[in-house]
Amino acid sequence: MTKEQPFIDVRHAQKKFGALEVLKDINLQVEKGQIVAIIGPSGSGKSTLLRAINDLDPLTSGEIWLEDKQVNKDLPHRQYEKHINTVRQEIGMVFQHFNLFPHLTVRQNITLAPKMLKDISDDEANQLVEEQLAKVGLSERIDFYPSQLSGGQKQRVAIARALAMKPKVMLFDEATSALDPELVEEVNLVMKSLAAEHMTMIIVTHEMTFAESVCDRVIFMDEGVVVEEGPPDVIFKNPQNERTKNFLRKHLNG
Amino acid sequence: MDYDLILRVYPFFLQAALVTVQLAVLSTVLGLACGALGAYARLSRMSVLRFIGAAYVSVIRGTPALIQLFILYFGGPQIGIQLDAFSAGVLGLGINIGAYMTETMRGAIIAVDKGQVEASRTLGMSGWQTMTRVVLPQAARLMIRPLGVNINAQIKGTALVAAISVVELTYTAQRYIGSTYKPFEMFLLAGLIYMVIIYVTGKGVSWIDRQVQIK
Amino acid sequence: MGLDFSVVPEYFDELLLGSLWTIAIMLASAVISFFGGILLAVIALYGPALVRYPFRAFSFVFMGTPLLLQLFLIYFGLIQIGIDLPAFVAGIIGLGLHFAVYNSDIIQAGIMAVDKGQHEGARTLGLSKLQTIRKIIVPQAVRTVIPPIGNNLVALLKDSALVSVIGVTELTLTSQLAISNTFRPFEFYVAAAVCYYVINLGLEYSLRRVESRIQVSR
Repeated sequence: MTKEQPFIDVRHAQKKFGALEVLKDINLQVEKGQIVAIIGPSGSGKSTLLRAINDLDPLTSGEIWLEDKQVNKDLPHRQYEKHINTVRQEIGMVFQHFNLFPHLTVRQNITLAPKMLKDISDDEANQLVEEQLAKVGLSERIDFYPSQLSGGQKQRVAIARALAMKPKVMLFDEATSALDPELVEEVNLVMKSLAAEHMTMIIVTHEMTFAESVCDRVIFMDEGVVVEEGPPDVIFKNPQNERTKNFLRKHLNG
Repeated sequence: MDYDLILRVYPFFLQAALVTVQLAVLSTVLGLACGALGAYARLSRMSVLRFIGAAYVSVIRGTPALIQLFILYFGGPQIGIQLDAFSAGVLGLGINIGAYMTETMRGAIIAVDKGQVEASRTLGMSGWQTMTRVVLPQAARLMIRPLGVNINAQIKGTALVAAISVVELTYTAQRYIGSTYKPFEMFLLAGLIYMVIIYVTGKGVSWIDRQVQIK
Repeated sequence: MGLDFSVVPEYFDELLLGSLWTIAIMLASAVISFFGGILLAVIALYGPALVRYPFRAFSFVFMGTPLLLQLFLIYFGLIQIGIDLPAFVAGIIGLGLHFAVYNSDIIQAGIMAVDKGQHEGARTLGLSKLQTIRKIIVPQAVRTVIPPIGNNLVALLKDSALVSVIGVTELTLTSQLAISNTFRPFEFYVAAAVCYYVINLGLEYSLRRVESRIQVSR
């Protein structure tokens, strides 16, 4: 109790799909401003863990805490809905397939949630859009529809949309996996600039070089457990566990 | 709910239902014939036939079936066509649904993969042989379900002939609503019979569809 | 008795007015059928079982029976329970409800076709279930189903002729009034058909415009 609470605290997270145990007693603490990469083979449970943090894939047992608030509270349906919607406003999420709203322009994509949930004026909303789009370098695309953007641009808008809610933490679920190789860099640059601003981030990724260059901590997961974790230079240069070594051998050569 | 009334009048509804079934069957047969001719015309090499086919579809689908029925039944005598109400009903409904069936059949024929035609022609088959031996057998399978949708619409469409006083289900229901002031009961009785007819027909169409599919 | 179309122009004003009534009835029922269709679809998919099943039964009955029969039910049924509406209101309600059921069927399919990621995208921003359905799911579903809903609208225009049977003075009944004066059914029904055809052309043109305009926002 005397020790300060971690910013994000995952305690004994367990997730089962029927008989299949996807997460086995995971514990993970992230400090404010920390940038954590989660790597591992597909099916290792890394995306499930990330999606559990905002309760998109609810845990079977265990607790998720954001500062002093428990995210996955066991509440009656109505109260849970109210609670989770408030909590999610503080947790930004970026998906592999962007999930931009195709029927809304870039501007509307970004302002929709702030307008509905934060009660801001039109002027404030406009200012917010301009601010966030400038951050991702897409100011000139403000009145375009998603169908008129490239994949890299879509993902940058998706990041701006999440940032517009002024989240305390950003979750990235393989944000560049669906992109053509030549479009990956523009998204990586945006994520790097967020890192420079000390945004707290948890990044599930396949890109080892990117993880190595921006992250403070790397977590290697396999078969639902955290096999090894540590600073990037330790994990990438000098891994201790045999499974980590095998995985990195396959992925660093590419 | 007036059950006594329903029990008293239902034999008349069943009798009327027989007329509805006759109308549906006859007009569907006529519609299938019109549809086949229409599709043939629309896919013809001759531009005159194509134009006639397109005009048929456009005019019939662009105007209300009720008006078509009125032109035939009330306007027919002026141009020498004297029909009783039932025959006018069959003819009008058949020509009407034929335009929709034209598009259904044409769509199914077009949907057959172009590679099928090319493969047949490279084997040395004539255009006619390709159409009758390769394309149509495949198209026929594709058109059963959408034709079923047309027929479903046609069963409900037979109600229109109530407006030219053919004593079928809807006309009967209307008459009994007028004499008993029990619209809900009469609607339910007639509605139930329509739903049974549609249900049975739907089952029949699915049965045919299953028989012709390649297993 | 041969044909003589020269009497038709004398009734030009009446036919024009009848056409306008037909257009007005179509538009009013279209609005009911569109929003009613959305409402029915959302209830059918997300509503509690207690309301879901009655609504499904309602849809089932409306899809399985002729429109004309439904018009009789609504017109005479409302009178029976003491609501004496003008015929044209009953006609609009009948047409609107009938096509709402058909639209609902299409919109339900559209809603189910919306990518699951859209739900997740909205929920992670903190939108509630209802907000997500209203702002994200339904608008997208409606865009994808505009073409089939447009087809229903074309059908609605033609089926609006049926309300003449319960005494609504629109295009069909107008031509019948002209016929009762002139005894020239062929000429006036053909004239009415031409009017319907022209309105239909305009409608189809507008629908194509709408479809191409929403293309980019899909």
